Amino acid sequence: METTVEAMTAALLPSPNPVQLIDPTGAEVEQAGTRRDYPMPSAARLREVWRAMVIGRRFDIQATALTKQGRLAVYPSSRGQEACQVGATLSITGDDWLFPTYRESMALVTRGIDPVEVLSLLRGDSHCGYDPIATKTAAQCTPLSTQLIHAAGAGYGEKRRGTDNVALAFIGDGATSEGDFHEALNFAAVFEAPTIFFVQNNKYAISVPLSKQTKAPSLAYKGIGYGVPCEQVDGNDPAAVLAVMDVALQHCRGGNGPFLIEAHTYRLDAHTNADDATRYRSSDEVSAWLERDPIARVEAWLRAHGELNDDIVSATNAEAEAKAAELRDRMNADPSVDPMSLFDNVFAARTPQLDEARAMVATELAADSKEV
Amino acid sequence: MTVTMGGALNAALRDALAADDDVMVFGEDVGTLGGVFRITDGLTQQFGEERCFDTPLAESGIVGFAIGMCLTGFRPVVEMQFDAFAYPAFEQITSHVAKMRNRTTGRVGLPLVIRVPYAGGIGGVEHHCDSSEGYYAHTPGLKVVTPSDAADAYSLLREAIDDPDPVVFMEPKALYWSKQDIELPCKRPAFGKAKVRRDGDDVTLVTYGPSVPTALKAAEAAAEEGWSVEVIDLRTIVPFDDETVVRSVRRTGRCVVVSEAQGFAGVAGEISARVTERCFHSLAAPVARVSGLPTPYPAPMLEKTYLPGVERILDAIARLQWDDQPDLTYAEVGARG
Repeated sequence: METTVEAMTAALLPSPNPVQLIDPTGAEVEQAGTRRDYPMPSAARLREVWRAMVIGRRFDIQATALTKQGRLAVYPSSRGQEACQVGATLSITGDDWLFPTYRESMALVTRGIDPVEVLSLLRGDSHCGYDPIATKTAAQCTPLSTQLIHAAGAGYGEKRRGTDNVALAFIGDGATSEGDFHEALNFAAVFEAPTIFFVQNNKYAISVPLSKQTKAPSLAYKGIGYGVPCEQVDGNDPAAVLAVMDVALQHCRGGNGPFLIEAHTYRLDAHTNADDATRYRSSDEVSAWLERDPIARVEAWLRAHGELNDDIVSATNAEAEAKAAELRDRMNADPSVDPMSLFDNVFAARTPQLDEARAMVATELAADSKEV
Repeated sequence: MTVTMGGALNAALRDALAADDDVMVFGEDVGTLGGVFRITDGLTQQFGEERCFDTPLAESGIVGFAIGMCLTGFRPVVEMQFDAFAYPAFEQITSHVAKMRNRTTGRVGLPLVIRVPYAGGIGGVEHHCDSSEGYYAHTPGLKVVTPSDAADAYSLLREAIDDPDPVVFMEPKALYWSKQDIELPCKRPAFGKAKVRRDGDDVTLVTYGPSVPTALKAAEAAAEEGWSVEVIDLRTIVPFDDETVVRSVRRTGRCVVVSEAQGFAGVAGEISARVTERCFHSLAAPVARVSGLPTPYPAPMLEKTYLPGVERILDAIARLQWDDQPDLTYAEVGARG
């Protein structure tokens, strides 16, 4: 007879293999052996995701180009991870919270945040260009996994307010080694916070491969010790990402606490433009992942179902081009940053010590302007 | 009525919970037990588990969770059980709590209070007696507050909870049981206002938190030796009340900074530098520091030697060039001894 503990554990387990609904050729995958039911999302949603992925990828390529032109200090690309960035983001609503890392620029653009505001951090004119409260999107987080606990707290806050809003938090594979990942899962579980932890396992933490991060069978299993149900998904299959997100959202909105998703994906570019990926991975490995392209497979599926044709594809490509061109033009204008703003937001009101430093800088600036 | 500092802190939390439904108190053992120092005693019983609750034993988690709750409009008051037990939360405090308003261009403020029982003098074992205020005071974006009596404990904690910015509220645990005859609720001067605890004309002792009673005793003893000593209790390290300190030192011409934290690269050094920069032409002697020793906090049987006591303060006062002769204490090049 199965013990209660065994039954509890079984309810938490991820599927033995990553959930996949559409294979890399665009063919539907017969569902067998998954731990939960994952119905195919509607064609309309897949088309929406496809369109946003096309625009998102073009944005990402444009951002990388902007670093080469010196317009961005650095850019961590998510090219290749479009199904995660776009699929997960489009699964939630504007009333839900999003907790992104520095790699989620594409997700933020997908969420409807002005791309220039998104790139403010990397251009260097401010630490966060958008309004986190108005957009319900936290500032992009650099200290790894630290934002996950905020997501647990925000999820719990929503629950206390009596809403069914959730918090969706992104992290990468390397960040699962950080202590805050574990504290976040544990807090979210104990307080039954409606928080989805979405791990984009892109196989490398800068250069360090997953084999040096963990001995777990798969990162998805890391939720079990905390009593958090887990799933693993083909992170390059937009349909599967939507389907798994739907299950996670239903779980969270139903008042059942958090959910952990591991999405198996791949970062096609280096960690950032400052990184040299050839030092730690082979071009054969990259080529193999190019074959698993998330856009191509859902495009093939949509075409096969009569949901997409050459006209729509070229119109969407043109739309993505136009957005990229507009972004390039807007980023070519030098932003104006007021040195005196340095002192504005340390506290709600300036302390005498800030006033003193501010007066010094004001004097320096006045002297500079006289010299000119 | 006679109130202990611990009782005043408890009353402040109770009144804040009653005044604002968005205030929440949480941390380790703060619920049913009422906190290891009983500062949250009875709050869960009075306001329910929803308002005052125990968390998993993880300080980074406690502070990070509070940040997330702030985003949804709550005003958390969290307890770090002891000074050194707050170190796991250091990244959350320095990278997020302190910077959130700034990194979001003023759009996200964190009305969050982190209570930290700190400093020694209670015979505590390892990791229970650190003076950690310097770490927080050195981090822009944090207000750092430390009361030295029950009335300030009440008033400053209420103000901390109402403040739109994060406050690290440092509670001198050796003073938890100190008593004062006051009526609660009470309202004292706001953040950034130091209090002259004793008037004097010859020397200014600048101090805060756990060292205030020691400084007052030293002032009493100094009076017998003919020195009139003024004692300033900072109350808030950040924001710092330059005005009260400078006004006093310019008048007395001599200054000793007393703090329990070890001296090197600490708050006492900062105060000493500020006084020197602002009062140099009024000073009859270099600003002296009397602080904890540059060692880890010692085992309980050695803490008397470690802590800056009355004698060490009197020695420092005695060296303030009363006979207009140079103090030869630091005559050698390099560190003494």
